Amino acid sequence: MSDILSMTAVEARAALDKKTISAVELATAYIAAAEETSSLNNYVAVTADHALSMAAQSDKRIAAGEAGILEGIPVGVKDLFCTAGVASTACSRILQGFIPPYESTVTANLWQAGGVMLGKLNCDEFAMGSGNETSAYGPAINPWQAGDGVDLVPGGSSGGSASAVAARAALMATGTDTGGSIRQPAAFCGVVGLKPTYGRCSRWGIVAFASSLDQAGPFSRTVADNALMMQAMASHDPKDSTSADEPMPDLSAALDAGVKGMRVGVPREYVMDGMDPDVVALWQTGQAWLRDAGAELVDISLPHTKYALPAYYIIAPAEASSNLARYDGVRYGLRVEADSLDDMYGETRAAGFGEEVQRRIMIGTYVLSAGYYDAYYLKAQRVRRLIKDDFDTAFQSVDAILTPATPTAAFPVGRTVDDPVTNYLNDVFTVPANLAGLPGISVPAGLNADGLPLGLQVLGRPFDEATLYSVGRVIEDAAGFSATPTRRAGGTS
Amino acid sequence: MSVDKTTVAKIARLARINVPEERQEQLASELNGILDWIAELDQVDTDNVEPLASVTGHGLPQRDDAVTDGNRVDEVLANVPETASGFFVVPKVVE
Repeated sequence: MSDILSMTAVEARAALDKKTISAVELATAYIAAAEETSSLNNYVAVTADHALSMAAQSDKRIAAGEAGILEGIPVGVKDLFCTAGVASTACSRILQGFIPPYESTVTANLWQAGGVMLGKLNCDEFAMGSGNETSAYGPAINPWQAGDGVDLVPGGSSGGSASAVAARAALMATGTDTGGSIRQPAAFCGVVGLKPTYGRCSRWGIVAFASSLDQAGPFSRTVADNALMMQAMASHDPKDSTSADEPMPDLSAALDAGVKGMRVGVPREYVMDGMDPDVVALWQTGQAWLRDAGAELVDISLPHTKYALPAYYIIAPAEASSNLARYDGVRYGLRVEADSLDDMYGETRAAGFGEEVQRRIMIGTYVLSAGYYDAYYLKAQRVRRLIKDDFDTAFQSVDAILTPATPTAAFPVGRTVDDPVTNYLNDVFTVPANLAGLPGISVPAGLNADGLPLGLQVLGRPFDEATLYSVGRVIEDAAGFSATPTRRAGGTS
Repeated sequence: MSVDKTTVAKIARLARINVPEERQEQLASELNGILDWIAELDQVDTDNVEPLASVTGHGLPQRDDAVTDGNRVDEVLANVPETASGFFVVPKVVE
């Protein structure tokens, strides 16, 4: 059983085609793995019957020689994606019981390619958080532990996705990334996560957080698996007006392209107080790996980096306050009865939204309100342009940018913080790419002194995910990251 | 710019979230923490910088003004908390 779980998606695809395993066997193994690791709380629902029926269909298509590129591969889905006939709640009380009659474009693409849905994965409520601690289902847990055995967060907001893939409870998983919600949990859990270029993946059918920043992307254990999943997820979708009509190249070709002659930028501003010294050391090691593989490392400046987070915490809440206006107790989800319509709205939203979501809606409402719109919202949008200009300038002289994925490794569940801003600082290295709409990948590259995984991030030009996979593969090969978490299926959990 | 309890009550009303009075003080302090930090942006010279709202680089696509979907009353109402005769039901708004 554990042999099946150790296969990469690429290996599993080959084994399925050779019929040494069946899709039903693979799905059965992963359903058992999800149950075995259920104490990690990374699934909010395992859809076993659904998975087995999809897997049986996959086996028929494989037998008929009609296998898609993900045929028979078990995939976990972040609960932010609407899945037809299966509850989709954004891990919020306000959407309890919501069963979408439609399927998000991204998940439809995955099933079209033969993917098998294992279930819905835990995440921060409405994707607002960096530790998966704001979920209405309680926190998801990181399968990695330091020596002290304390439960650690898997990162967020796609914490359940990263935790499940790392724990061998899903072979792949979908995530969404608005300010780092794929790359940060990927780094915390020692898996590969990619945020595509804004517009690569359709946002249709994904519960909206901040529409100008949200992008769906893949989680996997290897760079090659990630490219495979990305190939299936992306599409031009007329139902999302921001979806890009930009052809996706064959990403598998990028995997072995190497970095010889490539110019890779190292931004001098990507340092901050409180950074784990092991992260700094790993960043330097990563530079050496790329240099050894034939890349030229270039010192670059992204001067407005330190302003990305505060700009993000105006823009994202502003968009969220507008997007979340739809949860009104009238059309779907929770409703708290009251005598007047206004009180019905107010009581429903007070009971349905958690503290962090309420805080962000309030901030967003404030910065958009009369008298503050120019000072906050327009100011942040102007700073956003400067941040994008920084990247545009840098990419005139480099092909990719190498940074740490996060300032530290995973932190303990329930860590007490004095103010919300401390938690926001987790996303300091990931937020700039969202503001600029750029693709970014996080690749596990080493362990810190406590034995916890750390990731390196590679940023690229718009629509150049291929280069990220070329660089990511070189980092993966050089790092030889083979450590596994203790609390995984088939492990000692 | 800092917010007080009264401002919190006003924002809560705009956001249609009933925030109990005993929570307003705490919320004001949390929001001020965030707003103080956001004020770092004042250090950036943004004169003559155009606001950036979208990074797509393409305009909004146009489509034919044609009916492509519809007649899905049952699906639209499937998740409604309260419905009657094919309508959404809300508390009385006109006396």
